[in-house]
Amino acid sequence: MNSTWSRFNITSIVLGFAFLYLPIVLLIVFSFNESKLVTVWGGFSTKWYVSLFHNQGLMDATWVTARVGVISATVATVLGTLAAITLTRYTRFRGRVLFSGMVFAPLVMPEVITGLSLLLLFVAVGLDRGFFTVTLAHITFTMCFVAVVVQSRLVSFDRSLEEAAMDLGAPPVKTFFQITLPVILPAIISGWMLAFTLSLDDLVIASFSSGPGATTLPMKIYSQVRLGVTPEINAACTILIAVVAVGVIIASIANKRREIQRQLDEQAAQRG
Amino acid sequence: MTDIAATAAPSTETATLPARLAKGFVNRLVIIIPYLWLLFFFLIPFIIVFKISLSQTAISMPPYTPVLDFSDGISGFLAGFRELNFDNYTWLTQDALYFNAYVTSLIIAAISTMLTLIVGYPIAYGMARAPATIRPTLLMLVILPFWTSFLIRVYAWIGILKPEGLLNQLLMSLHIISQPLVILNTYTAIFIGIVYSYLPFMVLPLYSSLEKMDYSLVEAAEDLGCPPIGAFWKITFPLSLPGVVAGCLLVFIPAVGEFVIPDLLGGSQTLMIGKTLWNEFFSNRDWPVSSAVAVILLLVLTIPIMFFQQAQAKAQEQGR
Repeated sequence: MNSTWSRFNITSIVLGFAFLYLPIVLLIVFSFNESKLVTVWGGFSTKWYVSLFHNQGLMDATWVTARVGVISATVATVLGTLAAITLTRYTRFRGRVLFSGMVFAPLVMPEVITGLSLLLLFVAVGLDRGFFTVTLAHITFTMCFVAVVVQSRLVSFDRSLEEAAMDLGAPPVKTFFQITLPVILPAIISGWMLAFTLSLDDLVIASFSSGPGATTLPMKIYSQVRLGVTPEINAACTILIAVVAVGVIIASIANKRREIQRQLDEQAAQRG
Repeated sequence: MTDIAATAAPSTETATLPARLAKGFVNRLVIIIPYLWLLFFFLIPFIIVFKISLSQTAISMPPYTPVLDFSDGISGFLAGFRELNFDNYTWLTQDALYFNAYVTSLIIAAISTMLTLIVGYPIAYGMARAPATIRPTLLMLVILPFWTSFLIRVYAWIGILKPEGLLNQLLMSLHIISQPLVILNTYTAIFIGIVYSYLPFMVLPLYSSLEKMDYSLVEAAEDLGCPPIGAFWKITFPLSLPGVVAGCLLVFIPAVGEFVIPDLLGGSQTLMIGKTLWNEFFSNRDWPVSSAVAVILLLVLTIPIMFFQQAQAKAQEQGR
């Protein structure tokens, strides 16, 4: 199909990727700017990174964000995986329509509505807003993303493997942990990473559900951005991008390795 | 679970009673845990939003008068129905600000969805026609920006679009313009922001439906004398419609209630409902009115959200 990959197609891809990446590249470049003016180049410098590490408020917010992210992503992965299993395996039970609605709707629900509704719930049940409530809020909206990711893997899963295990006498729980879980593990891991980055990224829901003492990094960045663009924020953003990029690269390398290993295993099995 | 009777059973049909009971219990638990969680943290909050939208603003903490409380028992609860007031809703219809905010949000979301489709379609098409060996890499490159912070990606555009920003510097050094363009804090900036932030949501569903398409249909049409553009509109585009619909819904629905983009790129002059709700809540501390704004926004979005859910259910059916 090489002949159909015309000049038009190549141009549109190049322009499209330039549009997607140029703003991020410029942001990173200007975080190393000597000048305080963000858009005027004044020479290379790493002084904004140094001042970043002396900014106690920013450091505290980073720590809060990291903890919220790890805890909420972990719980959301468990809940999301259960929801995905429910969606693919149990095709008929009472309230299934409502259930799938509750899983899919948060994916497109405007964040202001989700945030406001969760806040009003926390007030209604008398929970003090803070670290705990942000975590609960993040679990709720990220578990639906995990569910969709895991579900897409479960749909293509060969169920005869499970049936074989159960025919050989393995109880269902054991079958799940020894057969199903290893097969869908890559999807669960990418679901966890998606949940973690969504939590890391969220401004709106965190602003509604957080309280004093639990300012997350996006909330901190947002309040500084409103005062003006500074190279220090650029530096903070660059570090965030770097952390996520390293994570994604490690995950994709691990994925590739597993894939190659699996192919080798299959070839070995075929050779007998 | 691991007693000999259960493990030695040849199949689940003939499993012993305790094993079957255990299986039923586990099954139920798998459904019940996420079900209850979503019920409590997703559905019940909406009911509370609706309840508070019917209450009065009060100077207290929380800043609203209680309505439909069970503290007075059932009779008190029923009496509460008579005291319900829809003042917040009548106020929303009387104040032109809210009506305008809803309408402009819908229009902005519709225009930016169209723009995202126009920008995203050639990218998705190019990717689908690319050699199969580099397709995974291209796919990865589209997904990657999605992993970086939304807030950061919006923030990056401020430095580009500012009057003394990079875009104006570039255009002025090329002598294309002599005066800096005012883009930041206008609706144009909002369009750019939405197209940029939501592009992956458009490209991915488009790509997956274009990649599945049988390209020999187009070749056949061209062999029979159909010009390439005609073949595109008669064959490629109709076949990619599921992707177009999915992509448009994924962009349109969140864009209507978008807050970060209109707030950071649109400035104070632009009006969008997500920003109105935010200001009503955080600046005016008027919880009942912001709840009413949320209820109406949800009603406005019900139809597209139901379309989205149907599309998801259909995709799920096909996947099985």
